[in-house]
Amino acid sequence: MDPILVLAQALNGLQFGIMLFLMAAGLTLVFGIMNLINLAHGSFYMVGAYVAAATFQATKSFLLAVIGGTGAGAAVGILVEVVVFRRLYARDHLDQVLATFGLILFFNEAVRMIWGSTALYATVPHFLAGQVDILPGVPYPAYRLAIIVVGLVVAALLYLVITHTRIGMLIRAGASNRVMAGALGVNVRLLYTLVFGLGAGLAALAGLMAGPIFTVESGMGEHVLILTFVVIVIGGIGSIRGAFVAALLVGFVDTMGRAFLRPLLATVMTASAADDAGPALASVLIYLLMATVLFVRPRGLFPPRTR
Amino acid sequence: MRWRNLSPRALATVAVLAGLAIVPPLALLTGATFYIDVFTRIMIFGIAALSLDLILGYGGMVSFGHAAYLGIGAYAVGILAFYGIHDGFLQFGTAILASALAALFIGFVSLRTSGVYFIMITLAFAQMIYFLSVSLNTYGGDNGLNIDRHSDFAGLLDLDHANTLYYLVFAILVFCLCLGRRLVDSRFGMVIRGARSNERRMSAIGFPVLRYKLTAFAIAGVMCGVAGALLANQQLFVAPAIMEWTRSGEILMMVILGGMGTLIGPIVGAVAFLALETVLADLTEHWQIIMGPILVLVVLFGRGGIFGLLSRWRFARHRG
Repeated sequence: MDPILVLAQALNGLQFGIMLFLMAAGLTLVFGIMNLINLAHGSFYMVGAYVAAATFQATKSFLLAVIGGTGAGAAVGILVEVVVFRRLYARDHLDQVLATFGLILFFNEAVRMIWGSTALYATVPHFLAGQVDILPGVPYPAYRLAIIVVGLVVAALLYLVITHTRIGMLIRAGASNRVMAGALGVNVRLLYTLVFGLGAGLAALAGLMAGPIFTVESGMGEHVLILTFVVIVIGGIGSIRGAFVAALLVGFVDTMGRAFLRPLLATVMTASAADDAGPALASVLIYLLMATVLFVRPRGLFPPRTR
Repeated sequence: MRWRNLSPRALATVAVLAGLAIVPPLALLTGATFYIDVFTRIMIFGIAALSLDLILGYGGMVSFGHAAYLGIGAYAVGILAFYGIHDGFLQFGTAILASALAALFIGFVSLRTSGVYFIMITLAFAQMIYFLSVSLNTYGGDNGLNIDRHSDFAGLLDLDHANTLYYLVFAILVFCLCLGRRLVDSRFGMVIRGARSNERRMSAIGFPVLRYKLTAFAIAGVMCGVAGALLANQQLFVAPAIMEWTRSGEILMMVILGGMGTLIGPIVGAVAFLALETVLADLTEHWQIIMGPILVLVVLFGRGGIFGLLSRWRFARHRG
């Protein structure tokens, strides 16, 4: 196999994993602290992508698009938290799943009403349009490289905020014992809204970066949402560290599977059988990974210690 | 007969079944034969919702991948028909066997987990089956598979006839309802319900709880698989879209909307959900923007679903 191709695909896997992490970080925080399953997390991703694509078309400014998209995602997240989710924290998971399912229908249709049902065309800004040599003679798209860098920076910032700031301390306190944190005078309500906005903003950031790679269309959040759930379940729900490891793992396994499973199978079976089996196996690979992990460790790789 | 002494559940069951039984003659009388087809579909989803209620309402197992069995049942009919095998007994037998095996396997892995993990792993398995069906290029892949003939039950039933299909579905619905009632009232059902309120205590008494739960999970899967085989007959078409994850959400919603843990409630829920969908879709093409908030409101304020509402109302009247 061509080593340059393998390297490029490995980087693609890393880039996909980083995006999944941005999604998963918010989702796992919301679950860890508020004990809430939010299916509508993919909607923030979608809102981010749409607002950014529309802003970029209107203003031609990539910076404004990034700020607008992330801001819009965070704003929608905070709004939804205040209107709906506050009433859901005390409910069981079934109610949360169903209410947020209703929200997905609402957001998908709202986006369709505002921007139409045809996919939006998101462009890469011209300064990121080309290729860069990651090794001498090995070109790689600059835009994907930028996603990796941005994602790693955001992950590092998130780590710093959570481990070294006061707000991060409060978040950790909320995650390990909500009631006690409240009793010690933390404004839990405000903290919840803040964490929710942060998670929604991160999802929107992932969405706007994904825009030029995938298509910007209604329902784009759902596919990535289910992958994100796979990530946080493998990582252990509530654990940011677990989400990071699992996101990279899932991104890597999924990308490599799609790229190399078919040629790999072709070496042991006939070409036509490999054509059938390769994509089929590649698309279920991460679900198999998840089932295996849960079979061995029913609470994920890094289950949070306290609850 | 003293109607006032009947429990609201029995009364609702009789009323719902009587209502469903007279749909075809009513449709013929008014000339709106279109409704026979609509209600066939509604009853099929009623069976699916009822099967989910068995494990959700009584066993507390929140399966978020129930549509997978719908797909397995439908594809069993579709794939056999593709090879020219139209024998109904064989088709439905395959659907039952395939969904039983799938449910046993999925249940075996999933039931080791609980809570959110259970919700997510059942969803993941359903997605796996969904993507497998997408990659079945021989059977149409993403575009699906046309079925050229209805299942043939040794010439006994002519399913080309809308009425015959309707009453076949109706009979299976009644059968599933009776079976479900017998099950939840039996010793088996008591164990399942006991495990829902306190699994540890049930094991301490000496019940192999996991085995009981797995059996219930498989029964629900088979029931939903039969619904899938019926759905294939109703649409004469199968496609992966039949088991999209949103479909699992819709079936869950039907159970909640009607009232879970009642068996008849989910059937009412299926009627209400699909009727609402049809009415809203007639009203505007953007019907989901209304449907979404309705679902949120039902979850937030409609404790016990339609069925809970009815029994509360009856209770209040008795006291007044």
